[in-house]
Amino acid sequence: MSIKLTPTVSVPALQDKARALRLDILEATTRAGSGHPSSSWSAVEIVATLFFGGVLRYRPEEPDWPARDRFIMSKGHAAPLLYAALAHAGYFDREMLSHLREVNSPVQGHPIQGLMPGVEATTGSLGQGLSVGLGHVLGGRLNQLDYRVYVLLGDGECEAGQVWEAAMAAAHFRADRLTAILDYNKYQETGPISREMALEPLAAKWRSFGWYVAEADGHDFDSLMAVLDETQRVTGQPSIIIAHTVKGKGVSFVESDFTFHGRALSAEQAAAAREELSHVARS
Amino acid sequence: MSLGHDAGLTPHQAPLRNVFGDALLAVATENPRVVVLDGDLGNSTKAETVRHAFPKRFFNLGIAESNLVGVGAGLAACGLIPWITSFSSFLLCNAYDQLRLAVAMSNINAKVLGSHGGITLGKDGPTQMGIEDLALVGGMPTFVMLVPSDPASMHAAVRAATEYVGPVWLRSSRVALPQIYPMGECPFEIGQANIVHQGDDLTIIACGIMVAAALDAAAVLSREGIEARVLDMLTLRPMDTTAIVAAARETGAIVTAEEHLLTGGMGSNVARIVASHHPVPMRFVGLADTYTDSGDPDDLLRKYHLTAADIAQAAREAYAAKHDAGNGRER
Ligand SMILES: Cc1ncc(C[n+]2csc(CCOP(=O)(O)OP(=O)(O)O)c2C)c(N)n1
Ligand SMILES: [Mg+2]
Repeated sequence: MSIKLTPTVSVPALQDKARALRLDILEATTRAGSGHPSSSWSAVEIVATLFFGGVLRYRPEEPDWPARDRFIMSKGHAAPLLYAALAHAGYFDREMLSHLREVNSPVQGHPIQGLMPGVEATTGSLGQGLSVGLGHVLGGRLNQLDYRVYVLLGDGECEAGQVWEAAMAAAHFRADRLTAILDYNKYQETGPISREMALEPLAAKWRSFGWYVAEADGHDFDSLMAVLDETQRVTGQPSIIIAHTVKGKGVSFVESDFTFHGRALSAEQAAAAREELSHVARS
Repeated sequence: MSLGHDAGLTPHQAPLRNVFGDALLAVATENPRVVVLDGDLGNSTKAETVRHAFPKRFFNLGIAESNLVGVGAGLAACGLIPWITSFSSFLLCNAYDQLRLAVAMSNINAKVLGSHGGITLGKDGPTQMGIEDLALVGGMPTFVMLVPSDPASMHAAVRAATEYVGPVWLRSSRVALPQIYPMGECPFEIGQANIVHQGDDLTIIACGIMVAAALDAAAVLSREGIEARVLDMLTLRPMDTTAIVAAARETGAIVTAEEHLLTGGMGSNVARIVASHHPVPMRFVGLADTYTDSGDPDDLLRKYHLTAADIAQAAREAYAAKHDAGNGRER
């Protein structure tokens, strides 16, 4: 099936959504006093495009709708982004976000399948989501449903062997309904990827594994829509979108400091971030 | 955290993981054969101390634990002393087969740091917690298993592990633990438990964070006229059978306390020893069969019944059972 993706909302509206998600991530992690805001901010436009750009088909009132498209957050530490997106999509009340990481709250530090509607996989130990996504694709085939599966991967996460096991298998099974999106922010936990582990040549690696590879500006809605459109036409092989991103995107002092990985902002920093995020101009 | 308050223990500012980082740096400084392997968590486990001081002896293998363990095994075979470091959950759950074959079965001289053990890593939640780590390491018979209970014992354990020849597992925690022993003065021998509080009415056998909680419980019980002995089980394998049997014989009731699933943890192993040598009434404090929430460590300890109050209650029950047994009423 070759469809032309037509955004259901305008780019300025998506930009508003992105800003709202960034602010929700800020408030939830600041309140919790911990979490991974920088890893979440990195992928805001990617996730906003999927959920609010008319890419994913889903029914919040029927989270287990068999024909829904799947979104799997493989880099589970970006849970605040996943929860914020699900709340904005209507899966649950946004008020729930204020209970992130609290005892007796289902809004756990990392996503746990079954606790919150819309969470498709339990993640947090990196490397596992792509395999689960492939399972959904193979299941869809058997169930004669034509949904698509989108898996968000971290770049550091691609150091995990299981990612490449899944990559090999997805190509073998010609899983053309599987799309991986790589949040290529060039940083892992302890430093720049290029310093910690040689990941490049990344596009060539995926290509050699039999994948269709497209690259995008991971903060530009037009660019993301264009490559999503392109990859939806691919047949006979899985696709990966290498989305170039900035870790901590939207908050300048976080963008320039990788040691923010896995840290919430102090009250002062949060105030500065709130200020900066509230005043992003629409392009 | 008021842990250790009732027992009058001195609080320690640095989290146990920072103490591990210092201890690791100390052995790496003394012994040039020590090398450190990281799985992109050196900033969390604090293995990064060695990265900064001896970059040539530090390897970040990235987010790839199976490879991390295999590489460590190879380094050990070259006569180096690898400290393989990450969270216990990631190592055991991603690299169990590598730990099993390349380290345990091969009986190589590798040391493994399983950081962020138990539930007190807190808000990151159950996907990152090691609530089954001791059971899983227990499944690899050649591993010595060390669970430090405070800063001094962490230093002693890292040293003992490095000097020992063979596979050693060391559990570390994200939180700060109060001082059970004065710095530099923890009696430490692999396989030996320490009596950290004297008493003859019952024995509380604890490890890790639960030792301080047990001492708090002992203080509370003492006010009620129950004198509890507290055993710090610094080594879980080999277990100090002598100390456990003596506790059963001399005090007649035992409570175990651990920040771990009850299934397959320290308590079940203590029970096997007690049952085979000198059965006495026992009670068990630990995690029931459940994954926990994310949350503040103190909230979690309360919700899942891992506090001094829970230990004290278990102790009252064990003590009462001992008296009932004496009167021919137990069983
Ligand atoms: C198997 C496993 N090992 C280690 C970790 C600890 N960890 C959490 S996030 C992270 C870095 C992830 O980097 P990346 O995939 O690039 O994600 P980013 O935060 O940059 O988006 C690490 C090492 C983990 N969650 N899972
Ligand atoms: Mg990254």
